This record gives sequence, structure tokens and C-alpha cells, in this order.
Amino acid sequence: MSREATNGVPCGARVLTLDTMNPNVRRVEYAVRGPIVQRAVQIEKELREGVKKPFTEVIKANIGDAHAMGQRPITFFRQVLALCSYPELLEDNKFPEDAKKRARRILDACGGHSLGAYSASQGIECIRQDVARYIERRDGGISSNPDNIYLSTGASDAIVTILKMLVCGEGRDRTGVMISIPQYPLYSAALADLGAVQISYYLEEESCWSLNVTELRRALNEAKQHCKPRVLCIINPGNPTGQVQSRQCIEDVIRFAKEEHLFLMADEVYQDNVYADGCKFHSFKKVLFEMGPEFSSKVEMASFHSTSKCYMGECGFRGGYMEVINMDPQVKAQLTKLVSVRLCPPVPGQALLDLVVNPPQPDEPSYSTFMKERKAVLADLAEKARLTEEIFNTVPGITCNPVQGAMYTFPRIALPQKAIDKAKEQGLVPDMFYCMRLLEEEGICLVPGSGFGQKEGTFHFRMTILPPTEKLKVVLQKIRDFHLKFTQEFS
Amino acid sequence: MSSVQDVNPRVRRIRTPVGLQSLAARITEQLSQGGQKPFQKVTDVSSGDPHRAGMPPLSFVRQVLAVCLYPELLGEDSLPLDVRQRAQKLLEACNGGSIGSYSPSSCGIPQIQKSVAEFITRRDAGIPSDPENIVLCSGSQKVLSLVLHLLSRGEGLTQTGVLIPLPCPHTLPMLLDEEGLTPLPYRLLEDQGWALEPDQLHGALRAARGRCEPRAIYISNPGNPTGHVQDRKTIREVIRFASSEGLVLLVEEVFQDSVFGRDKTFLSYKKVLFEMGEPYSDTVELVSLHSISTARMGECGLRGGYMEVVNIDPDVQQALKNMQAPSSPPILPQLALEVMVNPPAPGDPSEKEYTQEILRMDDILAQNARRACEFLNDLPGVSCQPAMAGLFLYPRLNLPAQMLEEAEALGVEADVLFCQRFLEEERVCFGPGCENGHDRNDLHVRFCVLMPPAALEEVLTRLRSFHLRLLDQFPH
Repeated sequence: MSREATNGVPCGARVLTLDTMNPNVRRVEYAVRGPIVQRAVQIEKELREGVKKPFTEVIKANIGDAHAMGQRPITFFRQVLALCSYPELLEDNKFPEDAKKRARRILDACGGHSLGAYSASQGIECIRQDVARYIERRDGGISSNPDNIYLSTGASDAIVTILKMLVCGEGRDRTGVMISIPQYPLYSAALADLGAVQISYYLEEESCWSLNVTELRRALNEAKQHCKPRVLCIINPGNPTGQVQSRQCIEDVIRFAKEEHLFLMADEVYQDNVYADGCKFHSFKKVLFEMGPEFSSKVEMASFHSTSKCYMGECGFRGGYMEVINMDPQVKAQLTKLVSVRLCPPVPGQALLDLVVNPPQPDEPSYSTFMKERKAVLADLAEKARLTEEIFNTVPGITCNPVQGAMYTFPRIALPQKAIDKAKEQGLVPDMFYCMRLLEEEGICLVPGSGFGQKEGTFHFRMTILPPTEKLKVVLQKIRDFHLKFTQEFS
Repeated sequence: MSSVQDVNPRVRRIRTPVGLQSLAARITEQLSQGGQKPFQKVTDVSSGDPHRAGMPPLSFVRQVLAVCLYPELLGEDSLPLDVRQRAQKLLEACNGGSIGSYSPSSCGIPQIQKSVAEFITRRDAGIPSDPENIVLCSGSQKVLSLVLHLLSRGEGLTQTGVLIPLPCPHTLPMLLDEEGLTPLPYRLLEDQGWALEPDQLHGALRAARGRCEPRAIYISNPGNPTGHVQDRKTIREVIRFASSEGLVLLVEEVFQDSVFGRDKTFLSYKKVLFEMGEPYSDTVELVSLHSISTARMGECGLRGGYMEVVNIDPDVQQALKNMQAPSSPPILPQLALEVMVNPPAPGDPSEKEYTQEILRMDDILAQNARRACEFLNDLPGVSCQPAMAGLFLYPRLNLPAQMLEEAEALGVEADVLFCQRFLEEERVCFGPGCENGHDRNDLHVRFCVLMPPAALEEVLTRLRSFHLRLLDQFPH
């Protein structure tokens, strides 16, 4: 064996180390799945092994996974997918005709009539057409071109793809991407991985986490000194904050994007999750086009949707799409090329997406059950949103904005100075210290606000509103009791 | 408005796809709208996609998936008991008992990581595999992209280089482009059945000098598209090479269960590595890849695969395992993978049918590979090494000089022109060898041979008809 390899690696030394690997791949602790979740899993193991704890189960209210918390899938969707998976079931008269019809149509569009064949990289053509029609219906008739629809492996995949496309330049010309604080950490992680510059703009906690263009301008102007701002990301309804942006706000953002030549990325995966009175989902595209040709022909935009949230909750399928608006044809050709590298998105996810955009119609046998199930899920979430805000606001030291939409609450917690000091002593961020204690003492797993970003000196946690109502009530009461005890202990 | 100048230069540098599959799709579309062309449908065999070509999925797999999708079927007596029991077990492994949840970890469902580890241990005659070293992913293309992304650093002369076979899988070059890696081809020897020759490895490394920083070697075994099965001697040589030259071994072993060549056996790189003992067995860094896009399963569209990492630095391994977070791989393909590595056992109600279906698949593949190879070797100007495994045949074409000139005049590669004409005239889509790394001096085409035998006959008949017409058109 040579003393030193041709590439300089000393004999016997590891080739791949933290120093020699891609420097952009950080060992990022994704708060949503990070150390607190690892500890939760460990505690669950201990409980199974019979270790005595002050609680009998760990309630994982850390991740936006509806089915994991007991939400039922939509019957119609699962029937069609089962038929697609094993078409012999098409002979079974236990399945309704409309389910069979959808299954046949999907299978006809698949190579060899099988979900197992590769599809076109941009997604199955007739499904993209169905998505375009869905968007047109949703947006009051504003036309959508199937060629501008790209099916993806969940919305996350599409989001990362667009970010990857738009990152360029060196040094002060490096692409800057505006993201909200607090934010869903996929964005910050993707930007770190791509070596793009993160431009943070703060949502206003005092006005229900609304977005203020003044703040956008402040963040942008400051960023211009060290990067080239090119993209503005917005999550609506918001994660983790749950705010549903007003129409006026959306218009202001679009106006701002046009003035500053920013590419708008509208993450709208929670578009059906709107609960608060007076709140309504306005798609960015719809508002854009209603603002007239001065905007609708100029502003570049991508909107994202998926099968993971809303009333479906089918995270495990990784179904999603993006619609690109006003993209230069040559740029679009690059996008089409880029998505072809990964071959194709999972076909079952594409099939599920087709059902989401093409659900049972009033004249079809499965319609009433479908509507019943859909209504029940959304009503349940709305009730839990209300309950959460109500109970948290009875706790001195916890301030909770109305959960207008999405699936989370992001209340602010007042932490005594002694607790902050104790946290620092243990090398923990204060809200992580708080959440760890809550986990150990009550078996409730939340995510500290530091995982999402927050104004300096403030502390929050994110809790999902997904546990079943009775369990949620217990969780809320336990958190209330814990908070009072904690405050007492460190006063 | 953004222009192409504003697009990520690395994305711009990704080579432009040849586009035959899009052409095939467009022609299919025209046909379905009643276009003028004479034939009814397009047969696209340019990818390893058995279902597209008409092969059926495995019944047990699809039955289990159907029950997992619609658990009301757990009470369906017409479905075999073992199907329902397996589905029950798999549903219990999912959060909330639903395949709609995220995986419990970003590396996949822990019970399935365990099943995969147990499968590998059995396959490798007891050499242990740790579930912690298994990462599940949405297909081997995604797996590869994660590892390549991890390896990628530097720009220009300091850019990471990866040794890749010539020919390589047609899906590989774009992946390297996307991750900003320099490909360093090592020639496989066509006249020795596409064997790997260590001299070629050294040559590829020498070519890297001053151009890039080589840090990994990619192996496809059994070979895609060559069908070559590496023997123990070759594998040992490659491992020694990787060890002495400081290279990470990336080994794609998707065709491991479709070896049909006489006296050929699949040997996993991991098994050979461990049998070599120290210092190799505890120092050589190895990542092995497998997926459900196999000949027997053919579940390409489900997008399921895994990697096993061996001797990887713990910090690097942790980074690798985090790379899919906060997302996680899709659930359904993980379930299919579990069935693949843990099929019905003797005595189970479905075992007989499962085994029959697998054997039928194996037989068809072997017969088709043999039949098609003989046929190709009978065509003037075409020669084909027999495949020992895998889904593809990869014949060499000696095209008339005039045709080469015509291709040049049109600004396309000659093998692309061949495939394009074949597609337009006969409705069959082959893959041009330039996608696999070959060039005008060494023209090849590839096609997947796993299809119903009657369909293969049709493809071969059309090939002969087209090829003879072509030669007539361009007399020597």
C-alpha cells in the first residue's frame, strides 16, 4: 500500500470526515426532529420497559403529523389507491363505482397500467391537467396552464428545487432569500445547504403575526449591503404561527415584490386549514391576477401545495406540486431539466394528489361520505384551535395569539430570569430548557421556539393542535399546571 | 424578470437530456389523438421499467399494499391470511397505524431498517448488519444524490472527482453534474464481457491529476447497462485500489437478485470486504445501494431504496442521516421494500404463488436476454456481449459512414439519430449509448429486455426491419 494516496489522503486515514465533506451540509439539529424528539423516543422506550414515570405516555405534539395523532384518512382516497395498487379489486362490489372510475383513469395514465412504472419527470400529464383545473376553480376562473404545473415529492422537494434554481453569484452578489421569522426550518436549512444568504424578516406578534411591508423593507435594505436579494418566501397560512394573511397584506407583498424585483415563493400547503372568523385563504395567484396586468404579467412566482396537511393529512405519501407563474421560458427549461435528474416523483403520491384536486362531485355515490369526513376533520381542527387559544390565555405568563389557521400554536412564554440563568448553566437555550423539563415531568413533547426563530429576548414553543380533543384538553391543562409550577420554582 | 443568467450556474451546467423519452411521450399523445402514424402505441424500453413494458407486479406485494392503503380489507376473507397478517404488522409499525404519517425517523421506519439489516446479514452468510447503518430513501437515485452531495466540495481544479464506469447507468451523469462532481471514467472491457480491469482504474486516476480531487469510486454490480457480474478477484482488486488510493466505495447493487449467467453468482462488496479481514474490513469506507426497482419487483414508480454505510466516520454518518430531515421518505415504498427483503416463507399461504411468479420473471428475463443477444449478433453491423444479469442489453453499432456524416450535419449524436429514427418509424424507443458515456467512436444503444416474450419478438422484428432499411439507405 502506498504511503500516501494519489489524492493526498494519508494511508489508513478516513477519506470522508467533517473536514473533507461538503462544508454546507451542517449537522443541523432540526428542532422538529432534534434532541427533544430523541429524548421523547427514549422516554417512550423506558416506559415500555416498565420504568416508572409521572405519566404513562408521551404525547408528541411536536410534528404536524395528523394521522400519527389519530386523524382518520379520507375513505374515498384510500379506496381508489387500494384499487390502483391491486386492480383485481375492481371486480369487488364492495367498492363504489366512482372510486373504480377514478382508479381506472389513473391506471390508464400509468405506464403498463401500473403505479410501479416511472412517470414523466414533471408528473403524469392528466394529473397535471387536473391540478390546473383545480387551481382555476379555486381561483374563480383565472386560467392555469398544465405546463406550469410540476408534481413533486411533497411541497418540500419543490421548494428546495426552486431555491436551488435561484441561487447564484459570489460574495456581495450572492442570492439573498427573504424568509419570515418564525419560520418552518426547511427554509433556513435549505439556504444553509445551498450557501444562499438568509434575509430574516420578523412577523409582528402583537398584531397576530401579521406581515408588515415596513419590516420587509427594513430587512431588504439592510441585506442589500451584503447580498443580492432575489427571493421572498412566505408561508400562508403560516407555520408555526398559524396566521392567515389578509388580502390587503397579500397585495402589499405582491407590490413590494414587483418594486424590488423579487421572485415570490408562496407556500400554501395549509390552504384548507382556516378557522378564525373573518379569516379567509386568498391564493397569491388569485390576488396577483386580480391586481391587473401591470402585476400579473410581471411578478414571478411559484406557489406550492401538498397532500400532507389540510383535511387529508397524508404526509407519508409525499404528494405535492408547484405552479410557476411568469417564468422566463429559458429559465423554465432549466427547471424542467433539473427535475428530470431525480427521474420522477412517487407515483402513489401523484395519484393521491389527483384525488385531492378531483374529489367526489355532488352527483357521485361517495360524495356525501366524503363531505362528511372532510367537514368533520376541519371542524375538529377549528374547535381545537379555539380551545387552545382560550386555555393558554388563562395562564399568567403565556400569551397566545388566535390560531387562525394551519395546525400549530406558537404561544409566547414568560421565563423568570433564574430559569434563563439555569438554562445557560446547562448550556441550553432557555426555551429548550423549558421544553425538556416539560417532557421529563409531564411527558409532553413540544418544540422550543428557538427552533423556528423568534425576536431576541422572547421565548416561545410550538405545539400542534392535532391530538384528539379530549387528550388535547388534558395536554393544555398539564402545560398550564407545569408553567405555573415552573414559574414558581424559578421565582 | 429573471433570465437564464440568473439561474444557478451549477444547474445550467447539468447536461441537457437527449429527450427521446419526451419524444416518445409526444408521439404517444399524438397517437391517442388519432395522428397519422401507422402504429398503435409506443414501446419505450430505454429505461429499466418492467411494468411499463407489460410485466406484472408481484401479487403478494400489491395485495399487502392494498390492505395497508385501505385497512378495511383486513377483514376481507378473499385475500390470503398471510397478506392480511403482514399488512397488520406493517400498519402497527407506522405512527398512528396509518401509512399517511411521516416515518418515525428521517431515515425511515425503524422496523423496516431492521428487516433490511436482517436481510443483508442472511444474504452475506452472517456478516452482521446494523439497522443504524441503514438509511431508507425515495429510490436509489435519491440515495446516490445524498451521498454525492455529501462528497461534493470545491470548485474547478479542487472539485471532487468520482471514478465512474464507462459505460455507466444513463441516470448517473446528470446526478454528478447536479452535485458539481467531476466524472472520471474507467473503461470496462467490452470484448471481455464488460469486465473491470484494474489498469483502467489507475488510468482514470492518473487522468484526474491536476484536474480535480478524486474522492470516490462508483461501481455498478451487476452492471447497468452491461449485465456483467464481477467475480471475487475483481471485487478484491477494486477494494484494494479504493483502500490504497483513499477513495470511498459507492456500490450500486440493484440487480443483485437477477443473475442468470451460467456459473455466475452475485457477491456483495460488503461480504468480500469483510472476508478480506483487516485492515480493509475496518477501514475501507463503503456505501452500498439497493432499491425496489429490481427485475422481480419492478416498482420503479413507487420510489423506494436504501443505503448501508460501512466504516463511515460517525459524525459524517450522523450528517448523512440528517440530510432528509425535516422530511422523511415515503411510506408505501418502504413497505414494498420490507416485503422484498422478507418474502413469504415456506408454509405461508402465498409462498407458492410468490415463488412461482418470481421464477417465471427470472425465466423470462434469462430467455429474453439470450434470445435478444443471439438476434442482435445476427444483425449486420451489430454485436452484443451476452448479459449475465440485470435488465439491459447493450449492443454495439457499426453504422455506415454516411449516416455518421448525416448525424454530424444535423448536429446530433449518431446513436441518438438511430434511436430517434427507430422511434419515429417503428414506435420503439431505445436508449442511446451517449447517455451511458459512449461517443461517436464507440456507438451503442441500450434497451430493457424484461417484457412479455411476445412483446420482445415484436421489438426485435421491428428492429431488424428498421436496421436493414437503414443499411439499404446507406450502402457501404
